[in-house]
Amino acid sequence: MSADVQLDGVWIKFGDFVAARDVNIQIKEGEFFSFLGPSGCGKTTLLRAVSGFLEPSDGTVRIGGDDMAGIGPNKRPTALIFQNLALFPLMTVWENIAFALEVRGVRRAERRKKAEELLELIALPGQGDKMCHELSGGQRQRVAIARALCAEPDVLLLDEPLSALDLKLRQHMRTELRAIQQRVGITFIYITHDQGEALTMSDHVAVMREGIIEQVADGSTLYDRPETAFVASFVGENNLFRGRVAEVTGEQAVVDTNVGPIRARMATHEGEAQLKPHEEAFVFVRPESLKFVNGGEFDNAIQAQIHQQEFEGNLWQVFLDVANSDKRIKMSLVNDGRSLGHETGSDVTIGFKAELAVALPQGPLAAE
Amino acid sequence: MNPRSYFQRFFLRNGRTLGTFILVAVAFWIFIMILMPQIFMVDFSFRHALPPAKVGGAEDVYTLEHYQYAVYGSAKAEGEYNTVDLKVFGRTLLAAIFVTLFDLALCYPIAYYLAQVASGGWGRLMVLSLIVPFWVNEILRAFAFRIMFGTTGVINSALMATGVLDEPYDFIREDWALYAGLGYAFILLMIFPLYNAIESLDKNQIEAARDMGASWLRIHFRVVVPFAKPGISSGCTMVFMLTAGALAAPQILGGPSSLWFTQIVFQWFNQGNNWNRGSAYALILLASTIVMVLIAMRIFKVKLGETIR
Repeated sequence: MSADVQLDGVWIKFGDFVAARDVNIQIKEGEFFSFLGPSGCGKTTLLRAVSGFLEPSDGTVRIGGDDMAGIGPNKRPTALIFQNLALFPLMTVWENIAFALEVRGVRRAERRKKAEELLELIALPGQGDKMCHELSGGQRQRVAIARALCAEPDVLLLDEPLSALDLKLRQHMRTELRAIQQRVGITFIYITHDQGEALTMSDHVAVMREGIIEQVADGSTLYDRPETAFVASFVGENNLFRGRVAEVTGEQAVVDTNVGPIRARMATHEGEAQLKPHEEAFVFVRPESLKFVNGGEFDNAIQAQIHQQEFEGNLWQVFLDVANSDKRIKMSLVNDGRSLGHETGSDVTIGFKAELAVALPQGPLAAE
Repeated sequence: MNPRSYFQRFFLRNGRTLGTFILVAVAFWIFIMILMPQIFMVDFSFRHALPPAKVGGAEDVYTLEHYQYAVYGSAKAEGEYNTVDLKVFGRTLLAAIFVTLFDLALCYPIAYYLAQVASGGWGRLMVLSLIVPFWVNEILRAFAFRIMFGTTGVINSALMATGVLDEPYDFIREDWALYAGLGYAFILLMIFPLYNAIESLDKNQIEAARDMGASWLRIHFRVVVPFAKPGISSGCTMVFMLTAGALAAPQILGGPSSLWFTQIVFQWFNQGNNWNRGSAYALILLASTIVMVLIAMRIFKVKLGETIR
């Protein structure tokens, strides 16, 4: 059976509060799909609508082409991994894992066998007789995955399952999760507010803001070709310049900003340029796109003064003051073993290429 | 740590005035209020019932007379038992078990609803409406039940009006009123331990079980009940002990032909004017109920410490 997940015009309302606003999403079978957004953007609510704990106020949820309206969570081909895992504390590890089989009336010996297989898969062989509290955080995490997989779902739903782990373990579990997904080959729908998690693991990411899907794309497209100001400001770091479009030529626009005219690539949405002359616009430039101008070729040049330089090992973070603005520009330079060659406080010129800057219509920004 | 330095530290932490108060209060509570009455009862139960003049005299010696009486009565013949009292004793314990199980069955859904389903103001309103009736005196409540279950009471009237009964049913003679009254008397002591236990259960666990296809029945038996076991045992212990030792409800609601064991104890103290025998009977009841609770805990694998939590 195909296990495409399809959301058609899904609205979810709680009284006057709209948690999801006309969401249309197509998730292919076997895909690792993430919903990325700040807390409170409605991503968990959407997940609950897919898992069946919540009925959408309007629109349809389809799994494998079947309308899921009126079908409870116990009858859907989905399994949910909770943020706090929700392992049963009074059952042993193997009983936890095989709970879905117990529900179906499978005999004990067979349940035990299946649990052992899954323990093998999550690299915890022979740990079935322990209690969950005897395991470490990462191990419990893997038990929760095994428990969900034991139900043999077509779609696995994960609600920020890594948020309780420490940084190192989180990074390790990212690789682990991706590997497990590729081994079992089922659809994973992953909820997170951590863009690192979303970008590293997912085939596609939907960026959400206040119940609205801002953009659906793969990680590098989101990072390099954001379609809205929110995506540009939420995914990765960006320097923002406000201004007004002076001129549009082909795929590029010149925007008059407080640091002078900036030539930038115009963002397109479904092949159409989003800006016209005299419109208000944002220009975003990534810190790593900025360079010191030492006679090289640059489309844009900005006069600035070095406020502070931070050494991060692989990178130098340089913070620059510009005229007419209290917002500092951040520039990231790869540490190539040489010194920066500029003193703190000295006046410099920084530059960047037009195709590395993006001009977008003004809109809501991510909170800093 | 030696006691001397322990006390020094205790006074250092609490100050002299407060420290003294705590020590005196705790000592008063333990010795005067808990230990001494029980010790007197135990002592009483092993002495002959003597007129005041002879107390402390040559005849005032320890005896098993009252315990023998409870089992054998004043029987002269071998192999004859005090069937009247023993029957009442057995019936009291059996009825207390029945009332406890009935309360558990009744309160579990209520406690689950309050703890996991009801939200905010509605839940608080329900808790309040459970508590308020208990502001009314116990004896008044029992009389209210008597009126309700009487031959001309609300229940008989309703059953006759709807045609279920042709003539009034004597709920009091048949002890239904007694069981209903006893069941209601200690219902809060069942609800609140259950509520506390179920309330601390993570909602996600119920959802997780549901997500994996479990029916509601299985969710309760596999997830909620095991988690609430300490609360269940705590509630059952309280209700069982208090029901077995109840006096007001049996006095007022009991049928003419039925006695509660506490009523026999009361009779020995009051009408029989034999405090020694009354003490022995009371201690028999106390010891038996404690043993039964401990056996039940062993069977259901509950630890005493968990129950008190």
